[in-house]
Amino acid sequence: MRSVSFVRRPWRLLAEASALLIAAAVVFPLYWMVLSAFRPAGEIESSTPRPWTSSPSLDSFRRVFEQNEFGRYFLNSLVVACTVVIASALIAFLAATAVTRFRFRFRTTLLIMFLVAQTVPVEALTIPLFFLMRDFGQLNTLGSLILPHIAFSLPFAIWMLRGFVKAVPEALEEAAYMDGASRSRFLWQILFPLVFPGLVATSVFSFISAWNDFLFAKSFIISDTSQSTLPMALLVFYKPDEPDWGGVMAASTVMTIPVLIFFVLVQRRLVSGLGGAVKD
Amino acid sequence: MTAHGRMTAHGRMTAPRPWRRRSTPWLYLAPALVVLGGLLVHPIYQLGLISLFQYTQAQVSGGEPTTFQGLGNYTELFADDQFWQVLLATVVFAAACVVSTLAVGCALAVLLTRVRAVPRLALMLAALGAWATPAVTGSTVWLFLFDPDFGPVNRVLGIGDHSWTYGRFSAFFLVLLEVVWCSFPFVMVTVYAGIRAVPAEVLEAAALDGASQWRIWRSVLAPMLRPILVVVTIQSVIWDFKVFTQIYVMTNGGGIAGQNLVLNVYAYQKAFASSQYGLGSAIGVVMLLILLAVTLVYLRLLRRQGAQL
Repeated sequence: MRSVSFVRRPWRLLAEASALLIAAAVVFPLYWMVLSAFRPAGEIESSTPRPWTSSPSLDSFRRVFEQNEFGRYFLNSLVVACTVVIASALIAFLAATAVTRFRFRFRTTLLIMFLVAQTVPVEALTIPLFFLMRDFGQLNTLGSLILPHIAFSLPFAIWMLRGFVKAVPEALEEAAYMDGASRSRFLWQILFPLVFPGLVATSVFSFISAWNDFLFAKSFIISDTSQSTLPMALLVFYKPDEPDWGGVMAASTVMTIPVLIFFVLVQRRLVSGLGGAVKD
Repeated sequence: MTAHGRMTAHGRMTAPRPWRRRSTPWLYLAPALVVLGGLLVHPIYQLGLISLFQYTQAQVSGGEPTTFQGLGNYTELFADDQFWQVLLATVVFAAACVVSTLAVGCALAVLLTRVRAVPRLALMLAALGAWATPAVTGSTVWLFLFDPDFGPVNRVLGIGDHSWTYGRFSAFFLVLLEVVWCSFPFVMVTVYAGIRAVPAEVLEAAALDGASQWRIWRSVLAPMLRPILVVVTIQSVIWDFKVFTQIYVMTNGGGIAGQNLVLNVYAYQKAFASSQYGLGSAIGVVMLLILLAVTLVYLRLLRRQGAQL
């Protein structure tokens, strides 16, 4: 491929210039968010917004953290997302092992079911889930957010992990068996570490869906605001008629940063993970 | 499959050795099946059930008994002009989102293969940033960018205090921009990974034969990438058809007089804002059926490619 681009040097320069320009355009909303979060109050309300600020201030952040126990909401969101990621990764790992390493009756049926389950619109199930959570006394608890998200991230996770489990040679299993390793020892000490990159790629999706969740948080956490998560807290600052843009942008920044960090950390594995899953 | 020989149900108690007992896969599957059964299959059944009942605030609080009314909710729904309007808006909006997302994602994936490491990393990181942005924050940020009073977009375009969320189409357009912004990265990264998996010699040969960029894409890459393109297209259809957060936040719950409602938000408003749970569930069932149809098409396409499950 290198020689192809070598032939057309001016074209490559043009392509690179446009790649940089597009990158700048794509990142601009995020830049504007952070910039606005650091702006002093007067500057946000200015009718001629400039793309920089001469006097950065933490006022908006202070306002965000002083109101409504924002720190607590942050922690709640973190608890929900991390529980979902860990639980769904473990459950999906076991299930993926079952459907790739064993032949048994209904295996294909199950696989098709996992595929179909991915397309179920989670949002449509809000109504029955609301009654389910109510009947089990889970309304207004973090459990009402954790449980459905585990369920909804499972089918995709299982589907995606299949490729990774399949890639581990069968011979390894034979060898472990011959060496007298127990089944669970093989599972957790040999297979698990080998599949781990796949688990990371998969967990990105479950983390995001749990961290971003707005609909369940809005529907299931109705009276006990101490159990609220970030998306709801953010909207406190956004009143359609008179939004506190500084507050909204500061809260948005706080909400976006952890996901960004997570993404940058797993970036490499995500790209190769997607490639692997799709190729399969 | 050498393991077949060991798959005996006998000697379960005495020998710890046989790894592959018949029950083993089910043991591994058990947690997943319990969770999915309780929180996915059962709610689907409940959804169908509720949609057949007269189920409003009075029934929820126990004031009135729940009455079975067969397909009553559905006839009410199908007789409502607003429902058809919302359905049409949902389909058109989702189609526009899918087409734009795929076009942008594929174009940028090709662009990524044409550039050296630094611009590629820049574009990749920018895209990951957009991808990582939670839907709620993405929505508020885009609203702010297009804010009539304080947003930079109106200033740059010099259109004064034009309100983007006031008109039906401009509001949908604004939401579309946000949806494309946060969903093209998935397409771009996946298609890019797919292109990288195509042997370089194939592309070189095509280029040396004098094929244009467009020709290479259409005649060489697209056929080889077909499986990947099917996956990203179907994923996009499924995601864009059930957009909720963006519409809810950016148009403040469905726009002026519900002009920007899509099925998802419509069902939510019916159920939780006006406590017509039965009617809301009926809308949910309609959505479920439409997405099921899409999935069946997906399965057929996969099978035609001879994919091994």
